[in-house]
Amino acid sequence: MLMADVSLRKVIKRYDDVEAVRGIDLDIADHEFIVLVGPSGCGKSTTLRMIAGLEDISDGDIMIGGDVVNDVPPKDRDIAMVFQNYALYPHMTVAENMSFGLRLKHYPKAEIKARVTEAARLLDITDLIDRKPKQLSGGQRQRVAMGRAIVRNPKVFLFDEPLSNLDAKLRVQMRIEIKKVHQKVRTTTVYVTHDQVEAMTLADRVVVMNKGRIEQIGTPNELYHKPATRFVAGFIGSPAMNFIPCRLEDAGGTLQIRLTDRIAFALPSARAARYNALPRTDKLLLGIRPEHLTESHAHLGSGVESFDTVLDVTEPMGMETLVYFGLDGTPVCGRVDPNAGAKDGAPMRLAMDLNNMHLLNEETGAVL
Amino acid sequence: MSTLVIDKAGPTRKLGSMSRDRAWALRWSYFFLVLFAIFFLTPPVYMLITSLKSSAEISAATNPWWVFHPTLSNYVELLTSNQFLRFFWNSSIISIVVVIVTMLISIPAAFALARMKFWGSATLATGVFLTYLIPDSLLFIPLFKMLAMIQDFTGITLLNRWYVLVFIYPTLTVPFCTWIMIGYFASIPKELDEAAIIDGASWLQTLLRIFIPVALPGLIAATIFAFTVSWAQFLYPLVFTTSVDQLVLPVGITTTLIKGDVFNWGQIMTGALLGAAPPLIIYAFLMDYYIAGLTAGATKG
Amino acid sequence: MPPGMSRQGALALRPHDKGVDRSPASSFIFRQKAHSMADVVVQQGRLVRNARPRKASGLRNMLGRKSTVAFFLTLPLILLIALLVLYPAFFSLYLATLNKAMTKFVGLGNFTFLFKRETFWMVVKQSCIFAVTAVVFKALIGFIVAHFVHNIPGKKQRKWRGMLLVPWVIPPAMSTLAWLWLFDPSYSAFNYTLSFFGVGPIPWLGETFWARFSVILVNVWYGAPFFLIMYLAALKSVPDQLYEAAAIDGANWWQKIWYITLPMMRNIIAITTLFSLIVTFANFDIVRILTSGGPLDTTHLFATWAFQVGIQSSDIPLGACVSLFMVPILAVAAIFILRDVSKRGNEA
Repeated sequence: MLMADVSLRKVIKRYDDVEAVRGIDLDIADHEFIVLVGPSGCGKSTTLRMIAGLEDISDGDIMIGGDVVNDVPPKDRDIAMVFQNYALYPHMTVAENMSFGLRLKHYPKAEIKARVTEAARLLDITDLIDRKPKQLSGGQRQRVAMGRAIVRNPKVFLFDEPLSNLDAKLRVQMRIEIKKVHQKVRTTTVYVTHDQVEAMTLADRVVVMNKGRIEQIGTPNELYHKPATRFVAGFIGSPAMNFIPCRLEDAGGTLQIRLTDRIAFALPSARAARYNALPRTDKLLLGIRPEHLTESHAHLGSGVESFDTVLDVTEPMGMETLVYFGLDGTPVCGRVDPNAGAKDGAPMRLAMDLNNMHLLNEETGAVL
Repeated sequence: MSTLVIDKAGPTRKLGSMSRDRAWALRWSYFFLVLFAIFFLTPPVYMLITSLKSSAEISAATNPWWVFHPTLSNYVELLTSNQFLRFFWNSSIISIVVVIVTMLISIPAAFALARMKFWGSATLATGVFLTYLIPDSLLFIPLFKMLAMIQDFTGITLLNRWYVLVFIYPTLTVPFCTWIMIGYFASIPKELDEAAIIDGASWLQTLLRIFIPVALPGLIAATIFAFTVSWAQFLYPLVFTTSVDQLVLPVGITTTLIKGDVFNWGQIMTGALLGAAPPLIIYAFLMDYYIAGLTAGATKG
Repeated sequence: MPPGMSRQGALALRPHDKGVDRSPASSFIFRQKAHSMADVVVQQGRLVRNARPRKASGLRNMLGRKSTVAFFLTLPLILLIALLVLYPAFFSLYLATLNKAMTKFVGLGNFTFLFKRETFWMVVKQSCIFAVTAVVFKALIGFIVAHFVHNIPGKKQRKWRGMLLVPWVIPPAMSTLAWLWLFDPSYSAFNYTLSFFGVGPIPWLGETFWARFSVILVNVWYGAPFFLIMYLAALKSVPDQLYEAAAIDGANWWQKIWYITLPMMRNIIAITTLFSLIVTFANFDIVRILTSGGPLDTTHLFATWAFQVGIQSSDIPLGACVSLFMVPILAVAAIFILRDVSKRGNEA
């Protein structure tokens, strides 16, 4: 059985004296859908291009299906790639675009036709097969680009920000489409994006990269609920997690967390036990997601603490209202019920769910 | 306020000061365009008028701007003259061969300069552009002497032979064609060749099956340029060829139809018009490519 | 397609496929190589740095291959430029230092001889007057007509542009013949027309002033359409919003040209003007056909005089010497063009 796992061992990419990728270790299992996500310039695209063979690697090893492919040219790596701007050959029809690679390898005509027809059916572009790329919409071009990858039946699919040229609505639709296709063909996939929503929705596992290094590898839920670093905590989730400067205090036998001179909360017992050993002088950050900052109820659960604040701005989103306020100058965002009566400049009583808090070291950025 | 609204509704409305201004601007534009068109088109139109006149009508002091007794005798005479047909043939074969040679040199070079960054590639690209700026009038004397020396040295006749122009003309066409092809190739997104590489195409296949078809408009523009430059070239054939059977059209018409002081203007104008016809016909059918090639030279490749 | 199907399909297809067939074998070789390299690395003490030379050499091989291909692709171009442009250019320098029979080295003798001849200074003066006047008028007419064309509705622009570019398309040697006929001393159609206004007859090519005027006129006629096309393209690239913003700021048409059109077109105007300066300065066809330098050598340009001296009078060294005097002006113009073109490239 052909194994199509991909492994990266201490892969480094240097451009003159700049290190774009600074030692990546990654194991991608057969059939897995991996998303590399991070801000622009984090090295995610370079990593993908090194897997494709479009960039030489400066150091380390890349293996596809167990073979080191460092010096193998792209065409012999048995991969297919979908580019950000689709890179469809403008002078060829959809069918010719999809079959170009097969024709170069002198596949039998009948087989090429069979494969193209099959891929076109899979992607629902059978009617477009004789059109030129110019006559296609963005979403259709995207499908053709995927079709070109599918017909080659490669070991690995590589996607380089394939949806970033589409408008928001189409992006959501194509995201689902890509997921469906992967469920059908089950080809190992490496997908690069800067959009964390795309990463979360598509991936079996997400690789968060920053400044040429891997910050964290995990399933979408792991990254969301157990971020390893401040970078991951802040990058994943929208609106982003709030980071509020704080310190730990002992108050009458209970451990409490002080946010401002006025506001301090007793920690839930599970949290208190975990953080008790920390020095009280450390500069810390309270990480709390907006959805854990809601309007206050009469009956708050355990570990949920309420406080009063004055809202700066409110943003009604329909199913919720985002509220922005300051805590000692730190801007904070919360999500409240649209019927909770949040108004610009008005006082409001909010509740913070400390069961879902994160505590970070301000200097190292590590999640404690 | 109301004038502004009316103006937004469209310049066709008669009301509103801005649309009135615009209507006048349009009228003045047409007026001056007609004047300039008369200036620009007078010589070719006068060529046509004269070509339709007999010698008798030309030497009679009638209104030169009008043909009273139109005749095609000038055309018949030239098109049945072996000499004129010889000029036409020489010009055609030289221009066609030069176009082919130019493309064979320019396209691979432009591909290498646009896509393969190698040692000295930027310098070479700049050098190509500078070569384009070197005029024929700077090189005709040393080239003439060089050809004479090579001829003496090897015994191969080079001077007074039309085929030597096939080697000389590319110095005029190749630099510009390479330069604009660099521009066209460089405008092809990098992802397109990467996609081709992943599809398994070699450099040659990428060039032949992706770059040339995608840059076809540029290729047509370059071809038109190479053809018209070869067709119109006057100085080099005037210097390098003298025998009547070796001449190209521009030189042939200016030297053979003017016999001493006798100017057979009817035939000269007919010859000039026929000599101008191929570039004009190409221009009429491929104007957009012609203009694209013209303006492409001013941008860096 | 159920999961797994496609994989099986792929397996069934693979025997047909030479490209993929080859890959297991080649990757096997690479695996071998990787193993042996790994051994070396371990022996050397597992330093990551020690693994580098392998990558570097692989990269260098690829670069070597790529630049070899590139070299062969550009070789014909390099040969052409070297043998038929650069070599003659330097050969011209050598020729200029010989005597008329080309038997003796005379150093700068030809140059000092030229400096003493009145005709030479007249050619210098006339070349400069011709080039500067012609380029200025070409640029002005091109700019003005481009605006008129830009003013009229888009659909009609094509037709007008097509008509107005005709002088540029006709081979100059052919169109100059038409001008020669229009300027004919006895049958001039211009003089015929002017006689109705009580003017003339004008000796278009017979007197120094009118002959100089005529060669410039023909050159302007031939070259103005080129400026027109370049300016029209530049005008179209100026975003309409800038004019709309200026209109809202209260700019009149003149202020729009001065503060928006000209600054936006600055670069293309500079390139076109410099380029035209070179071509006009080196012009041969028009003067050669219209006046052959006459009357009394007063309309000679460097090119036509070099032709007369070098080819017609067979004094090749002196002819080479004359044409070399174009080089300084061409070089200055070329340097400025290069600067502007790369600037334009950077903007884009």
